[in-house]
Amino acid sequence: MTASFNSRNAIAVLIIAGLLLLPVYSQLSGNVFVLTLFTRIVIFALAAVSLNLIMGYGGMMSFGHAAYLGIGGYAVGILAAEGIGSGFVQWPVAIACSALFALVIGALSLRTRGVYFIMITLAFAQMAYYVASGLARYGGDDGLTIYKRSNFGGLINLSSRVQFYYLCLGCLFGGIYLVSRIVNSRFGLVVQGLRSNEQRMQAIGFPVNRYRLVCFVIAGMLCGLAGALLANNTDFISPAVMYWTRSGDLMVMVILGGMGSLFGPVLGAIVYLVLEEFLSQVTEYWALIMGPLLLLIVLFGRGGIMGLVGRLTRG
Amino acid sequence: MAEPLLRVENLVRRFGGIVATDKLSLDVSRGELHAIIGPNGAGKTTLISQLTGQLRPSAGTIGFAGQDITQLPAWRRSQLGLARSFQITSLLPDFTASDNVALAAQARDGHSFRFWGNARKEKHLREAARSALARVRLEHRADVVVSKLSHGEQRELELAVALATKPQLLLLDEPMAGLGATESARMVKLLSELRREVTIILVEHDMDAVFALADRITVLVYGRVIASDVPAAIRSNEEVRRAYLGDQHVVTRHG
Repeated sequence: MTASFNSRNAIAVLIIAGLLLLPVYSQLSGNVFVLTLFTRIVIFALAAVSLNLIMGYGGMMSFGHAAYLGIGGYAVGILAAEGIGSGFVQWPVAIACSALFALVIGALSLRTRGVYFIMITLAFAQMAYYVASGLARYGGDDGLTIYKRSNFGGLINLSSRVQFYYLCLGCLFGGIYLVSRIVNSRFGLVVQGLRSNEQRMQAIGFPVNRYRLVCFVIAGMLCGLAGALLANNTDFISPAVMYWTRSGDLMVMVILGGMGSLFGPVLGAIVYLVLEEFLSQVTEYWALIMGPLLLLIVLFGRGGIMGLVGRLTRG
Repeated sequence: MAEPLLRVENLVRRFGGIVATDKLSLDVSRGELHAIIGPNGAGKTTLISQLTGQLRPSAGTIGFAGQDITQLPAWRRSQLGLARSFQITSLLPDFTASDNVALAAQARDGHSFRFWGNARKEKHLREAARSALARVRLEHRADVVVSKLSHGEQRELELAVALATKPQLLLLDEPMAGLGATESARMVKLLSELRREVTIILVEHDMDAVFALADRITVLVYGRVIASDVPAAIRSNEEVRRAYLGDQHVVTRHG
């Protein structure tokens, strides 16, 4: 038990240190590409962390989480297109819109359980996808180019690669810290209790759906923030980020890294996106290698990579 | 005459063509240990589920502490002081014993929309959990994960969880189910202590336990009350004997 706890901590420390020092490595080696890749990874890690809050801790298998990436991204893109460039406006709007969307679809889909919940969240995300495709004024299917990144006055310059990377990293660490506080709080214990046994939680006096819904909204807001970051990173937003395969990617990252562990989703995002990057350089049929690999981890590594490491160090 | 703590009037529950609860009326006074017995399929668990709110009745009313609770959801009833244990153990299997009880205490302690402080470090919740566990003599197993507890310990933990909600009325659905002789004896002893503190409705197949503990016994057959009286009267009731003809010895073994 202690061994697995320690090895998990060791992984967390390695991840934190590695991500913090990455720009230094990039600078020294002159490898700009690695910084670009990891900026993307850090943003997706934040999205995965937010999904893990509802999926890993709350037991809500949402298959529409990428919708918030799009909503956060479009909030930034549309405001920029309309001449509102301030990040102090764009980002709160991105988060608020995500919260609103989560509130509405959560209130409707949380009436269902299991497969129905998976299907209904998927359906809502696809609706968001088609709505975005229909936004003719903002590029429709082709997407929307963002000519200027969010402006935070003189505070921080998002066009600087390194500054932007650290901003994303700050958001990720902030998100992880938030989740770590939440899961150990009264609220977090209720949510995890609901994952474990809903009937029991009802019997001791908890109105279950209210707690689920609030958790769902928090996760949506966190992912909306990731969406705002993503739009700034690519200077572009299109309906594609909301497509259901994107939601699937996020789920895979969470399951791969380890559901219900704080740093699992970060590890999952790193492994998934790095593999994707390098396998796709080797062959265009990279999914043929990725698929079986994932299958192996899911079959033999319950609890994802985090769980696997825990067992190995204990055994 | 004081108002009964629980008043059930003309309760009906149908499942398709089957009437599982048939115009059932029942009063439980404060401080009483009221046993409900009946052959398999008599509708005992269906009745409990309607009392706790897991099932909605087709007709009739349920009054609790002077309030009509027929339409209230399960969690509201629990907050009003109506606690239950489940016939088939229903706990949070991946939480420790102490977490299970602390969550029940937390449910009693206002809303849980608190997102920041570490709930496991809140002294009064842990203290409430410890004392409820001590009540069922499980304090030495406080930090054990529920799935690692024995069946008997899980049954006792069910009781501790129910107690931690500070109930006015405790609904126990076959607390002895699956227990061995020693464990059963422990449970009977426990219940005989608890009855002094809280009103109890006990659904149980173990007739020794029922006749040893109950102030009043209600006999259910096909969803109907055929008798409701003190144990001695139930024992000599002809209709009860007839209903139990198949396993008459069960009722009369100690008669």
